[in-house]
Amino acid sequence: AANWDQVLQNIYQYYMKETPQRTKLIDAFLFFLAVVGALQFLYCILAGNYPFNAFLSGFCATVGQFVLTVSLRIQTTEANKSDFPAVSPERAFADFVVCSLILHFFCVNFIN
Amino acid sequence: MTADAQHPPAGANSASTRTLLRVVILCLIAAAAIASRLFSVIRFESIIHEFDPWFNFRATKYLVANGFYKFWDWFDDRTWHPLGRVTGGTLYPGLMVTSGVIYHALQALTVPVDIRNICVLLAPAFSGLTAYAAYLLTNEMTTSPSAGLLAAVFMGIAPGYISRSVAGSYDNEAIAIFLLVFTFYLWIKALKLGSMLWGALCALFYGYMVASWGGYAFITCLLPLHAFVLICMGRYSTRLYVSYTTWYALGTLASMQIPFLVGFIQYVRSAVSGRQFQTFLATAVVGTFGIGLIGLVTLTSLGYIAPWGGRFYSLWDTNYAKIHIPIIASVSEHQPPAWPAFFFDLNMLIWLFPAGIYLCYQDLRDEHVFIIVYGLFGSYFAGVMVRLMLTLTPIVCVASAIAVSHLLDTYMSTKSPNPDEVQRAAEATAKKVAKSTGLRGSEKPTVGIFSLIPKTGVVASLTVYLLMFVSHCTWVTSNAYSSPSVVLSSRLPDGSQHIIDDYREAYQWLRQNTKEDAKIMSWWDYGYQIGGMADRPTLVDNNTWNNTHIATVGKAMSSREEVSYPIMRQHEVDYILVVFGGLLGYSGDDINKFLWMVRIAEGIWPDEVKERDFFTPRGEYRVDGEATDTMKNSLMYKMSYYNYHAMFPAGQAADRVRGVRLPDQGPVLNTIEEAFTSENWIIRIYKVKDLDNVGRDHAAATAFERGQKKKKATKKRGARVLRVE
Repeated sequence: AANWDQVLQNIYQYYMKETPQRTKLIDAFLFFLAVVGALQFLYCILAGNYPFNAFLSGFCATVGQFVLTVSLRIQTTEANKSDFPAVSPERAFADFVVCSLILHFFCVNFIN
Repeated sequence: MTADAQHPPAGANSASTRTLLRVVILCLIAAAAIASRLFSVIRFESIIHEFDPWFNFRATKYLVANGFYKFWDWFDDRTWHPLGRVTGGTLYPGLMVTSGVIYHALQALTVPVDIRNICVLLAPAFSGLTAYAAYLLTNEMTTSPSAGLLAAVFMGIAPGYISRSVAGSYDNEAIAIFLLVFTFYLWIKALKLGSMLWGALCALFYGYMVASWGGYAFITCLLPLHAFVLICMGRYSTRLYVSYTTWYALGTLASMQIPFLVGFIQYVRSAVSGRQFQTFLATAVVGTFGIGLIGLVTLTSLGYIAPWGGRFYSLWDTNYAKIHIPIIASVSEHQPPAWPAFFFDLNMLIWLFPAGIYLCYQDLRDEHVFIIVYGLFGSYFAGVMVRLMLTLTPIVCVASAIAVSHLLDTYMSTKSPNPDEVQRAAEATAKKVAKSTGLRGSEKPTVGIFSLIPKTGVVASLTVYLLMFVSHCTWVTSNAYSSPSVVLSSRLPDGSQHIIDDYREAYQWLRQNTKEDAKIMSWWDYGYQIGGMADRPTLVDNNTWNNTHIATVGKAMSSREEVSYPIMRQHEVDYILVVFGGLLGYSGDDINKFLWMVRIAEGIWPDEVKERDFFTPRGEYRVDGEATDTMKNSLMYKMSYYNYHAMFPAGQAADRVRGVRLPDQGPVLNTIEEAFTSENWIIRIYKVKDLDNVGRDHAAATAFERGQKKKKATKKRGARVLRVE
């Protein structure tokens, strides 16, 4: 048990110390998305899924946006620079915008 | 062709010359791909071929005439007669929309082309694009300059792909294979660059593919499998994460636990020290996989996730369809192919394919894993089902292009290596091998060819093979895959061509001589063609979505007239159409398909239709005098052989397909009458009689009309029952 405490504490400290401010902002957004998604799911469990399309598109919007934001976070992190020789942070942001637009178009189209 | 690409004339070996050569070669390849598909248009005429394309053509005409929104909400009341079909929701609209867009674009350019010609020539046009997509995909795989061009040539003329994309076969596969290859190209590109944009493009083309062909499930399985294999090999990278999740989020928007988890674990690894990481990893992986697996199994068994459709399931359990769903097994495309089919469709590519796969193992990068996974999957599925040869063909072309270009790169370089350097390099590698503990297969020894004789020998034999490949492809395309099934052709003794055009003769008769809403009953194979060419409502068609309805038609065809007549009355059938090849020796007729009708009907009414009754006591399926009573009294038998014996002198009536002599006394029809028989007796159309005016049953009425009344009126009263009303 003590071992687990230590592990979690280590992770927390590492995160607080090593993460730049911009990435923390992204993480806050991710946390918000996760909360919204969880709330939607909870509501679906409690109230039933009658307009199933609406539930799917709302839930998928959060999940998809979450995933895209994680991708942005990965591409803008300094440590992953070597993995993406072709992608500058500006390029990553532009990609993020385009993908989000496509995602939202699909979701708005799907919600009817 | 490719030999020229490798060796431009000396002094002109600049980048621009190479680009020019590449463009010229690609244009030539596209031209060859298009030209080799035009055999049937030149020989016969520009018409739609098989069965399925007739529906696509009809839907496209509706789209062009009524606009997109009406097409989307199209309720078709001229198929599946009492039921109708919600067409807008039950088809893949990609093909129709594509040709509709092309049609309107050409109109806007003031090039008014008939929609039929666009439909006929869509597949050749897209095959040129497929060749280009194969070029792009292969260029991602290898640095060799010739591999992409070779793959484009192979893809352009390989018969395995031509078989589904000749001019006139306006089927979903026409554009789907292009989309398949291009989606894979975008996927590889996204994976290599780790770019969100390419992932999004991949997802968009995947969406287009989903709208075009049911085979999109292949991509849906293959890309996750590729990602999974990469993770299992320990090749997880953030690039994989970005490309895969972008594709998945935009492409399907569903669960993506596996890359999530691995991404998280990788992050933790960078955070904590080694020993702690071990325990963490073990718990997290086991826990998540366990939960995922248990969740999947419970959800499936509880029925929340639909189990696999029968068609997919029959890919795993190859006997499943034959036992449980005769309608799937009855389609000839769903049979496993024999070995010669592979050689026939792919010629020398089939033995270069394993070599290409082997070369992929040599420097195993992420995209090579994709080739290997795709190759394995594709070959298995092509081995189970003939029509899936189509999805195997692209990867065979890519892999064998890699193999051929590897050979050419080795043997076609004009400069010989210096023996001393090679010696030194070999020693160096030997040392490195001794030191490193890596896979031995991944160490590439330095090879060089020193003398001119093996070079010329290998290159010459390869050239011969390539030339033979071209001639084989042309021959196969010309002889096997370029015949429209609507028009049959035969050779007269003097070598001139004789066209047998019974199908269109009969459909045209229906179109001109029957009421606008006369319902036609036929076996489901001809449903689309009747709808497309005769423009009459049908009971069943090639879209086999309602098995019971098909079984109803099967029961009507295989029962006695007294049983069939009420069924036909209930379904408001006006005409029945049967295909009979006995006079001409046309083997794809309804008597040969009859047992499938019986089987499908038996699946629903096992008490009324029994397959056993159609066989003689010795288990033979016969149509001559020895045929069983059930067979002789079935509606199908009677309709096929009605009046047939009158064509021949007494005792000479013969069926050329079954190769038997028929009895002199032909069958008698009571409830239906012959309406039309085509020139070569291939199509026979019967009209269903109305009820008898004075209320007799039809058998009595026709017997009376034939004068078969008894000479002496019997005084005796028959056993009567009390009149109730």
